[in-house]
Amino acid sequence: MKDSALLEMDVTTKDIKIAARDVQVYYGDTHAIKDVSVDIEDKTVTALIGPSGCGKSTFLRCINRMNDTIDVCRVSGDIRIDGEDIYDRKVDPVQLRAKVGMVFQKPNPFPKSIYDNVAYGPRIHGLARNKAELDEIVERALKRGAIWNEVKDRLNAPGTGLSGGQQQRLCIARAVATEPEVLLMDEPCSALDPIATAQVEELIDELRRDYSVVIVTHSMQQAARVSQRTAFFHLGNLVEFGETDKIFTSPEDPRTESYITGRIG
Amino acid sequence: MTDISSSPAAAPKRKPRQSLLTQDARTAKRNRAETRFKLYGIAAIAIGLLMLAILLVTIVSRGTGAFQQTFITLDVPLLEAKLDKNGNRNLAEIKKVSTFGYAPLMATAMEQKVAEMGFQTPLTPKEMAQMLSKDSPATLRNFVLENPDAIGTTVSFELLTNSRVDGYIKGRVTRDSIANDKNINVEQIDLVDALYGDGSLEKRFNLAFITGADASDARPEAAGIGVAMIGSLFMMLVVLALALPIGVAASIYLEEFAPKNWITDIIEVNISNLAAVPSIVFGILGLAVFINYMHLPNSAPLVGGLVLTLMTLPTIIISTRASLKSVPPSIRDAALGVGASKMQSVFHHVLPLAAPGILTGTIIGLAQALGETAPLLLIGMVGFIASNPPDSIASGLLDPNSAMPAQIYEWAKRADPAFYERAWGGIIILLVFLITMNAIAVMLRRRFERRW
Repeated sequence: MKDSALLEMDVTTKDIKIAARDVQVYYGDTHAIKDVSVDIEDKTVTALIGPSGCGKSTFLRCINRMNDTIDVCRVSGDIRIDGEDIYDRKVDPVQLRAKVGMVFQKPNPFPKSIYDNVAYGPRIHGLARNKAELDEIVERALKRGAIWNEVKDRLNAPGTGLSGGQQQRLCIARAVATEPEVLLMDEPCSALDPIATAQVEELIDELRRDYSVVIVTHSMQQAARVSQRTAFFHLGNLVEFGETDKIFTSPEDPRTESYITGRIG
Repeated sequence: MTDISSSPAAAPKRKPRQSLLTQDARTAKRNRAETRFKLYGIAAIAIGLLMLAILLVTIVSRGTGAFQQTFITLDVPLLEAKLDKNGNRNLAEIKKVSTFGYAPLMATAMEQKVAEMGFQTPLTPKEMAQMLSKDSPATLRNFVLENPDAIGTTVSFELLTNSRVDGYIKGRVTRDSIANDKNINVEQIDLVDALYGDGSLEKRFNLAFITGADASDARPEAAGIGVAMIGSLFMMLVVLALALPIGVAASIYLEEFAPKNWITDIIEVNISNLAAVPSIVFGILGLAVFINYMHLPNSAPLVGGLVLTLMTLPTIIISTRASLKSVPPSIRDAALGVGASKMQSVFHHVLPLAAPGILTGTIIGLAQALGETAPLLLIGMVGFIASNPPDSIASGLLDPNSAMPAQIYEWAKRADPAFYERAWGGIIILLVFLITMNAIAVMLRRRFERRW
């Protein structure tokens, strides 16, 4: 079985990539995330699960400061990537987002060509000195996104013309093109059919070799399939965090158990 | 389970069985209401179309006359004795002869023409010459100044007739209607008939109406809308050059960058209010600020353009903000997610997607400004401004000029029915411009609209 195969793979390092301490998030008067402290390891897939509105996406968006774009949102607490406080005054969120890539719930390719979609990040960050280098980066990213073979003959076709699953893999390729260290995925498969989902999940497992992947998902099967560590959020609290198979087989908290057995959610 | 086991008799107050083949009263009532509503809609559209048809038919039937003018073909002897007494072809001396000096030539030419035709008339040569446009001596003079060598020869000219003769040919003036008209009499009408039969008087397309300048009250046949068109063009250039960048910059800032708080709320409400401010208010503002305070010239298309910019800005800002809003937020997220700055995300991704909407809004705003008369009233662009076409961009912007709608208004308020016809003609030209602009807006939208 593929599931068990994934679980058997060794976690190569145990370095802490992202360390969050006492993170609080407020949307205006709503206290969306309460006292969340979590250590996310490098080269690991960490799944965030929980019922709708529990704050898992909000927490994810704290990690690359996408919440900054929401006027009413306030974040307090401490989130460190490689020991550096990303909410430090001196940190430019634009620089941070180059290091922490993100894939969104709905595939959102730019209405440009496939090539330009992937080349956009490297271009604005000046990663390529000439066209040949850029071509190479684009090819590598598309290969990492497991979509190269499908699009290599039509790089100038619009990215929006691809199927949903292809679009999402293109978005993943776009995210990895800037060579991030952390990849955040906000329900990347919720708009995809089972076959496309399987392809993307396989890809996520591949990506684990180079990146620390944090994935928000509504599907517990998916969390079980792709992640090594799982965090369960409920009503803005981090209820339980640990090895995925432990969370799914012998959860400590009764709320986790209720959720994974389908009684709350 | 219990439902199935219980007998039908036990079910309380069951509705009587209703066949699907017969319509019940409620359904029939609802269907009737729907039919009635559809009829109201069709009636409303029919009334609208009828009005539009009446409007178009009226405009076309009344306005097409302005594009045609009655011309007379006349051999005019350019007598040396009148035009160049010393016979030395000195241009400075020839210039001293004013248009009054050319008037007798017309009389001579008419007299010769009538004699040639063998037509008997009690009219004196001077009365015959009255049938020509008061513009004709100027036409002759311009020709002579350009070709001084033609003096002493006889040259064939196509001259404008006066507006009464033109009206008679077009059917606006009849033998009955001239009883109290001092500008034409029955003998002259007889002569017109003779000349028309002879073929030397004919009605043809008049390019001068589209390209020419306005003319004074006495010579409606010579008036054209061309210079006013150039005035409108320069105003539109000013509006485009100012309103588009300012409007787009303001909308991008408000929509993408500005914090959402009470100050921006107030700004937003006030921009919407500005769009509803009567245009004459902008006119008096322009008078106070641009002319009285900044001392820009009166009646100048530059000032007109500035005033119309004020008027067009809210339209452009509102449409630009609407099209920026319609760009899905996922595109902004995508750009920010790969590490683009806010400005990069706006200029690389949001703005290109919003461009068709912005362009459409701008063109609609321009079209609105093109048809605006009221603010021009206050800055002196409505009135008799008979200027020549500007010879440079600076003079186009700063010299007194009119605008198309102002010119139409000016003609419509003059007494001579010949001007009234020109007002309708001007409206046709204005409408052609507006329809063209709207068509361009639709085309741009079709062409650049992208799906995501």
